[in-house]
Amino acid sequence: MNRLRTQATPWLLLLPALALLVTFTHWPALATVWDGFFSTAKKGRPSHFIGIENYRSMVEDDVFWQALWNNVFYAIGTIPLSIALAIAMALWVNSRIQGRGFLRLAYFTPTVLPMIAVANIWLFFYTPQYGLLEQITQWLGLPSHNWLGDKHTVLGAMIVVAVWKEAGFFMIFYLAALQQIAPSLAEAAALEGASRWQYFRRVLFPLLMPTTLFVLINALINSVRMVDHIFVMTRGGPDNASTLLLYYIYQVGFSFWDTGYAAALTVVVLAALGIVAFLQLRFLDRRTHYQ
Amino acid sequence: MTPTTTVFRPAPASRVLEAVAAWLLGLLWILPLVYAVWTAFHPSAYSTRFEIGAPLTLQNFVNAWNAAPFARYFLNTMLLVTMVVVAQMIFGTLAAYALARFEFRGRDLVFGLILLQLMVMPDVLIVENYRTMNALGLRDTILAIGLPYFASAFGIFLLRQTFKTVPRELDDAARVEGASAVQILMKVYVPLARPVYLAYALVSVSYHWNNFLWPLIVSNSVETRPLTVGLQVFSSTDQGVDWSIITAATLMTSAPLLVGFLLFQRQFVQSFMRAGIR
Amino acid sequence: MNNAFRMALAATAAIVVSLPAAAQKVTEVNFYYPVAVGGPVTKTIDQMAADFGKENPDIKVNPIYSGTYQESIVKVLTATKSGKPPQLAVLLSTDMFSLIDEEAIVPIDDVAKSADDRKWLDGFYKSFMLNSRTGGKTWGIPFQRSTIVLYWNKDAFKEAGLDPEKGPASWDQMVEFAKKLTKTDANGNVTQWGVKIPSSGFPYWLFQGLTTPNDAVLMNDAGTETYFDKPAVIEALQYWVDLSAKHKVMPSGVIEWGTTPKDFFEKKAAMIWTTTGNLTNIRANAGFPFGVAMLPAKKHFGSPTGGGNLYLFAKNTPAEQQASLKFMKWLTAPQRAAQWSIATGYVAVTPAAWETPEMKKYAQEVPQAAVARDQLQYSVAELSTHDNQRVTTALNNGLQAALTGSKPPAEAMKDSQREATRILKDFKH
Repeated sequence: MNRLRTQATPWLLLLPALALLVTFTHWPALATVWDGFFSTAKKGRPSHFIGIENYRSMVEDDVFWQALWNNVFYAIGTIPLSIALAIAMALWVNSRIQGRGFLRLAYFTPTVLPMIAVANIWLFFYTPQYGLLEQITQWLGLPSHNWLGDKHTVLGAMIVVAVWKEAGFFMIFYLAALQQIAPSLAEAAALEGASRWQYFRRVLFPLLMPTTLFVLINALINSVRMVDHIFVMTRGGPDNASTLLLYYIYQVGFSFWDTGYAAALTVVVLAALGIVAFLQLRFLDRRTHYQ
Repeated sequence: MTPTTTVFRPAPASRVLEAVAAWLLGLLWILPLVYAVWTAFHPSAYSTRFEIGAPLTLQNFVNAWNAAPFARYFLNTMLLVTMVVVAQMIFGTLAAYALARFEFRGRDLVFGLILLQLMVMPDVLIVENYRTMNALGLRDTILAIGLPYFASAFGIFLLRQTFKTVPRELDDAARVEGASAVQILMKVYVPLARPVYLAYALVSVSYHWNNFLWPLIVSNSVETRPLTVGLQVFSSTDQGVDWSIITAATLMTSAPLLVGFLLFQRQFVQSFMRAGIR
Repeated sequence: MNNAFRMALAATAAIVVSLPAAAQKVTEVNFYYPVAVGGPVTKTIDQMAADFGKENPDIKVNPIYSGTYQESIVKVLTATKSGKPPQLAVLLSTDMFSLIDEEAIVPIDDVAKSADDRKWLDGFYKSFMLNSRTGGKTWGIPFQRSTIVLYWNKDAFKEAGLDPEKGPASWDQMVEFAKKLTKTDANGNVTQWGVKIPSSGFPYWLFQGLTTPNDAVLMNDAGTETYFDKPAVIEALQYWVDLSAKHKVMPSGVIEWGTTPKDFFEKKAAMIWTTTGNLTNIRANAGFPFGVAMLPAKKHFGSPTGGGNLYLFAKNTPAEQQASLKFMKWLTAPQRAAQWSIATGYVAVTPAAWETPEMKKYAQEVPQAAVARDQLQYSVAELSTHDNQRVTTALNNGLQAALTGSKPPAEAMKDSQREATRILKDFKH
């Protein structure tokens, strides 16, 4: 009787979560993968099986490759920068700098402001001629620039907005991690004559590794998921210079209603993310000590 | 933790440099909020001009308030976020406990399946999920907005990790005293995982506070619509951006959160600290 | 005795409460609408629905705010594909073909059969009906429509030695005026541009303001062919590119639509091209006298129409469709069309609306409002084809490529045409 209960218990505990996940994630995801093998239904021609035709179109699609390249560049731009800033912020807020309470608030405010509103404010910052950046560059005597209308600078401008939104959020996790590190470690390192930088590199950073991996996963997901500012500020322009993969998927799926192709694109993005995440998690699982 | 600056004693020059850098970054970070405050309280002619003597006005707030029922939207968002976070904690705790402390066939497979959700963007599953909501008869309810998110792979992963680090001795001790599995969960595991709950709650609140597309699709009426959808009424209009009204609306809706963080940030960080002592 | 009395009371209460509900069968009309202009639009619509409900107690209109035009069609089609379409919605007039292809809407003439209805259908401006009819049937009813106009800063004109009461009438004049109006400061930065034609988001619409005066047509009536690489079209694009590249009277790169009115207020642009829907906004915020002109002519005047139509959705009961039709007729009645136009800045959609006393008074106070109406005789349909979003995206990409200097205009248009032909291949019979 006891054994039966023990066998059933874990499944009972898992049941609600599993039921929800299957209904709202696994099943729709499977439907998406399935859709990727079919053409989109058009008037007079119902959806039919076309195998990997959608994937073949993808290879020939210039915009897809542009979006992919943009996303890689965007990820490389946002992830290391936001993590580095988050660590720096956490260290500063944790130290004896004057006014660190204000700093903590300042670093965290981007998180509570909704992206819809904030993107419009950044639109003002980047507006040519009288935007905030322009006012500053004019005051410094530098030439005028159309940051969002120039395909060379638009992605960089988006990266800045993303880093601004994320870094303070990651800072909180580093702050919590820092609070848990024994002070004796710092004292011991100082006794051995290590400099602050050496202490950071050899002791602190490795100890923060679990947090860094946690934040890394979050940052990676965000670099794919967070495209709201693209909607408000550039709509993918100029000429797809700021189109990111999820924005393109949204355009294909909900603007063109080409559900077959959108499903195929989604599968590719998920697969790529899945591989990266899987590698990260294996790394994380192995590094952490369990009892 | 003793700040490294007192232990390592760096040169005063580099300390000042660091303080300056930290402050510069802080000012840069808070700049959009400062701009929002300036623009919301001044007439629209001054939204791009920063003259000190400019007249103050509350008209922007009046216009923003009249444009949409923001009090209701705020309530909806609070309800939604609370509902989602509580559900995520409960379902996540149960699932993580099962995965961390029970041996059963198929456990790793189930864990793998759950982790799949980490990578799947809910945004791209909108059409399917909308169909499901229709079938369940839940269209246009706050529950419908939150339901797809109630089980969170991220939460389960975090909690499983944390539960695995709980010393077995505590578990055994409680079992010896005759506690059932669920009682052990509540008395031993949950209290020790408090910082993780806090961290995860933060992640979740931030996500759902900012979520836009799914709530737009599912909510129809004022009683369901969250803030992000409500704020959209000021954005992307044919008439172009009106910064005065959009910043007024933003301030109105973010002020409670900001004030809350301002007042409670000490407690917030302290609880992280306290729970960290093993 | 107490118990029985209480039960009787409860029963009576229950009956009384359920009486009104059982008395009348109320038809519900779910009305999805976008908000594309500033002001308390949601309140205005809610008020209209309430007023309609008072006059028609057997119909209940539920106005549902659905975001921007783009978000609205996502919401509408998602609902349709899940089996619960709305009864009525305001969507872009150019969405017509896409909605037909998705089998989401029904022709209005299938529901509007009485003689009265026919008269109502014929009462709209012809140019607005261009995007509302295909295959001999009417699929959309004009509701919030617009055209592009040129706004000019009269003070800036005076300063530059130009007649402040006359806007540019031709392409050459626009360049000539713009050259005089462009001012630079000591550092070589431009402080005031002569003209700004926005090119973000949906540059194809502004582009039609150049191709139409050049006598170029971008698509056929059936929406199955496009003509992006015709010489007249390329010439129009060359003119647009030259404004910044050659004449230096317009900034290079993509110009943001959303900030163009503000540029005008800030005197950073002396002439701007934007929708008539901005008239109320510009009146309120310009702070200087301004003029409104039809778009400059090349071979003749011309502009595309724009804005949203009312659509009737399929898979609803005949009662619901009739109720929706009633609401549509009520919304577009001259009185209400006039009120809507004055409140939002859109062009009143029927000649009858312009004859109402409120509209006449408004046209007297604000003569600039009549310019859009007068331009209607030269107006053509907005670019609309099957798979419309994809085709317009192809054109948008080409336009932005040319304006940022990545491709010369001829090459950009040839690429866009190739892409559009590929997309429309399946729709040609």
